Amino acid sequence: MKLTKVLLAAAAATTLSTAAVAGTLDDVRGKGFVQCGVSQGLAGFSNPDEQGNWTGIDVDVCRAVAAAVLGDAGKVKFTPLSAKERFTALQSGEVDVLSRNTTWTLVRDSALGLNFAGVNYYDGQGFMVRKDLGVKSALELDGASVCVNIGTTTELNLSDYFRANSMKFNPVVFEKADEVVAAYDSGRCDVYTTDQSGLAAQRIKLKEPNAHMILPEVISKEPLGPVVRHGDDKWLDTVKWTLYAMVEAEELGVTSKNVDQMKGSSSPNVRRLLGVEGDGGKNLGLSVDWAYNVVKQVGNYGESFERHVGVKTSLGLERGQNALWKDGGLQYAMPVR
Amino acid sequence: MAVETKIAVAPAKPPVWNDPRYRALFFQVLVLGGVVLLGAYLVSNTMANLERQGIASGFGFLETTAGFSISQTLVEYSEESSYGRAFLVGLLNTMLVSIIGIFFATILGFIIGVARLSRNWLISNLAAVYIEILRNIPLLLQIFFWYFAVLRNVPSPKNSHSLFDSFFLNIRGLYSPAPVFEAGFWLILVALVAGIVGVVVLARWARVRQERTGERFPVFFTSLGILIGLPLLAAIVTGFPLSWNYPELKGFNFVGGMVVIPELVALALALSTYTASFIAEIVRAGITAVSHGQTEAAYSLGLRAGPTLRLVVIPQALRVIIPPLTSQYLNLMKNSSLAAAIAYPDIVLVFAGTVLMQTGQAVEIISITMAVYLTLSLLISAFMNWYNKKMALVER
Amino acid sequence: MTDETRSHDPGSHPDLPPPASTVGVVGWVRQNLFATPLDVALTVLALYLVYLLVPPVIQWAFIDADWVGDTRDACSREGACWVYIRVWFKQLMYGRYPDEELWRINTAYVLLVAAAIPLFIPGFRWKQWIGLFLLVGYPIIAFFLFVGDAFGLELVETPLWGGLFLTLVIALVGIVASLPIGIVLALGRRSEMPVVRSICVAFIELWRGVPLITVLFMSSVMFPLFMPEGVNFDKLLRALVGVMLFSAAYMAEVVRGGLQAIPKGQYEAAEALGLSFWKMMGLIVLPQALKLVIPGIVNTFIGLFKDTTLVLIIGLFDFLGMVQLAGTNPDWLGFAVEGYVFVAAGFWVFCFSMSRYSQHLEKKLHTGH
Repeated sequence: MKLTKVLLAAAAATTLSTAAVAGTLDDVRGKGFVQCGVSQGLAGFSNPDEQGNWTGIDVDVCRAVAAAVLGDAGKVKFTPLSAKERFTALQSGEVDVLSRNTTWTLVRDSALGLNFAGVNYYDGQGFMVRKDLGVKSALELDGASVCVNIGTTTELNLSDYFRANSMKFNPVVFEKADEVVAAYDSGRCDVYTTDQSGLAAQRIKLKEPNAHMILPEVISKEPLGPVVRHGDDKWLDTVKWTLYAMVEAEELGVTSKNVDQMKGSSSPNVRRLLGVEGDGGKNLGLSVDWAYNVVKQVGNYGESFERHVGVKTSLGLERGQNALWKDGGLQYAMPVR
Repeated sequence: MAVETKIAVAPAKPPVWNDPRYRALFFQVLVLGGVVLLGAYLVSNTMANLERQGIASGFGFLETTAGFSISQTLVEYSEESSYGRAFLVGLLNTMLVSIIGIFFATILGFIIGVARLSRNWLISNLAAVYIEILRNIPLLLQIFFWYFAVLRNVPSPKNSHSLFDSFFLNIRGLYSPAPVFEAGFWLILVALVAGIVGVVVLARWARVRQERTGERFPVFFTSLGILIGLPLLAAIVTGFPLSWNYPELKGFNFVGGMVVIPELVALALALSTYTASFIAEIVRAGITAVSHGQTEAAYSLGLRAGPTLRLVVIPQALRVIIPPLTSQYLNLMKNSSLAAAIAYPDIVLVFAGTVLMQTGQAVEIISITMAVYLTLSLLISAFMNWYNKKMALVER
Repeated sequence: MTDETRSHDPGSHPDLPPPASTVGVVGWVRQNLFATPLDVALTVLALYLVYLLVPPVIQWAFIDADWVGDTRDACSREGACWVYIRVWFKQLMYGRYPDEELWRINTAYVLLVAAAIPLFIPGFRWKQWIGLFLLVGYPIIAFFLFVGDAFGLELVETPLWGGLFLTLVIALVGIVASLPIGIVLALGRRSEMPVVRSICVAFIELWRGVPLITVLFMSSVMFPLFMPEGVNFDKLLRALVGVMLFSAAYMAEVVRGGLQAIPKGQYEAAEALGLSFWKMMGLIVLPQALKLVIPGIVNTFIGLFKDTTLVLIIGLFDFLGMVQLAGTNPDWLGFAVEGYVFVAAGFWVFCFSMSRYSQHLEKKLHTGH
């Protein structure tokens, strides 16, 4: 009883945040760090290394938000969340922003009390099979056993796809991504399905990565992005524009290496982005150099992509749909002005 | 003045605040008020949170199309079915694994419990080793062991173990022929039902006759004859209206027949072996509780070992065994919720898992799930209490 | 033979040794293993079973096993590779608790053992005080040691906690905190006030009727919605609250068993002395009842200790969860069996010794009639 009281008191003292009413932005400023919900480990997106440091493009979004709000990309605390807990954790205020390869859908945006701040990775669902099955297309998968993560959009897309092509399948659903992969690897299923990026990330965990292939079909749209609570517009703007700033920086050729020289650039767009001109930061309720901090400490979108999931990493993903709009991709920042 | 007279009139009566009845009343009102206030506080918080964040609430979601599929369905279910239907599928799967688990746990538990009392040193100690190992290791670990370590070693569909080319065992499950009922099968069912009714009537009659005249009737063998004979006769008359649908390897998997998925096998194995270790101890305690004098008395009446056990020892041991056995059954049913860890589609995985994540309505779904388990618990308790009453000593 | 019987008087027959077939090893074997044909069959069957199971296990776990090395290359893959456990040992014991702070956990362990030892010495005088310290003082010390953020200790956040350490924290907090709640509930259930009684009965039966996993789900996805806006609890704390409520219901039933075992005369005598309800309970009934139910409490603790493994389902990395996590590390795939065996052995040692202790207590407390 005593212990409970002590624990309760301590917990209340350390985590009681009155600022949810005042708005997440002020709350974050008050406590001095951003509490960020991430996955329990997905290579390239959010993954702890041996020292417990988190890396990945989803993690970079959180760091960028911290850089924009607090001027220090290091002031982030990460909460690993399962697919089941992630929305409750955000709704209840346990995390300030959820950056956990979460697909933007209508139901989530409306009925769950969430707001999506943008898309940091355009993905699509794919299938992985053993090469020795001799399957060349997802349309040959009639009657297959499919390993899938529970409760994700993936599970629904899978059913839709097989239904639309009047094929049958046996689902085997697990809660943790690692369990799905282990089950697939042991032969419990013929097919493993998740987002294409996830397939690439999980493939390296298989016993013989080269004995498996990813089928060409992409059966769904999976726009993944950071999520905030519904009804907190100021915080939504902060996260949204942080994301845009990263994309805009890439478009303008501003990188973490040349950002200091670029401050002296004559281009009005660059000067506005880096806070030399205009009062974009003030309007957002941030410091003038908010975007400068983001680019300086985290890098632009392209840098983040290449660092964690690009062709040179073990995931080896092409930019594809995630290239900038002017390179034929979908990444398009609203004008920072 | 009035006060003084009052005291003078009733000197023995304590003041209101010292009267145990009023104090009890006051205390109860306080407790009830506290509980109601706490409840109201939590409910209002929850309502406010849901409202503020625009989270959907209510039970309307149960009629929404589910859109996902389930690997084992005892009732008809497809992606077009509703969440409510998915709930039913999960509930039935929970009940299925509980019933299978209870069945095997009871048999295994009785065997090991009796073995523990065996005069054979080796058997008795093997039983003891079994009990001590199984019940001191967490069940979840045992489920993982069966699922990830044992059942993962069975071969792929192409290299299945097969028996008579009709039973196949592979990593996707245990495939067996499925019965196909043809026209006229109902007659066999009718015969079976008639047989069961006949046996019940026969058993009653035999008991009444024995109590009146002391003459015994070979109920067991007659019943067996009726139960097998009647349906067989019906089958001959209708020309065996039953065929088998054999499983066949087509493409990736076996098609046709019946399949027991490995998740069910692993869960049922783990639940029954684990619970059996507890039941064994209960059975042992129950049998030891029957005084040895009872056995000796039975022997001196001329009963042999078999009837002594069946007619004297076990009925008395059961009285000691049933109450703790009930709680083991309850534990088994509750433990079946660990299915969520190995992808067996029980109510926790399907409803408190997939449906919860698709709809996000945590409060409603977790409450329904808890209510289901509570109801199942109460049902099992009620049944076992009824059985216990039936078995209880009739005091004359 | 007939000669011998004749040469002795009745009653003065010299003691002959029993037949060779009924004494010594042969006699024992005949009597215990091969008494009847059925016994013979069973013994042979059991021997065959032992032969099937035991030698391969020993071969795998000891003879063919790899013990030395620091990398995966040290594993020959013929038997078990205990190198895997060695490499991950720190994680399995402490989770991701920072290296330089591990002394805090170890200090708490040493303190716990040091304080608990006198309890096992019969006739030690200040047992009550030590018990009180363990139930009240120790948790406070341990709390500050583990969490830090005071007395110059660095804050160690609960997501870093894990392994056997986390398992012990959950089980011990669960049992210590559930004891007082359980006592209150048990008293309430035996109360004569209908409202109090029905509330307690409802509470106890509710928690006993549902599986722990749903309680943990509730604590992880529903608790946050119960709290007023802006109030948040740590994930571990929420799980602890769930475990506490759950085990309190079981504890209440154990304590109720003890209360029922106290003869009515004790209550009547206390009332006759004019003691109030709380004095009667605190001075007369509870001390006797609690002593009676110590084995029951230990058994509840064993159950709770085993059940703590379920927290891995809500994403806390306890002893078992840590092994699973280690098993998914790309460098160490394929050692799941070693990991599970190690955890099983760990749990077994704890639970078996506790159950033996509880049996010993039961015998000791059974002062017999």
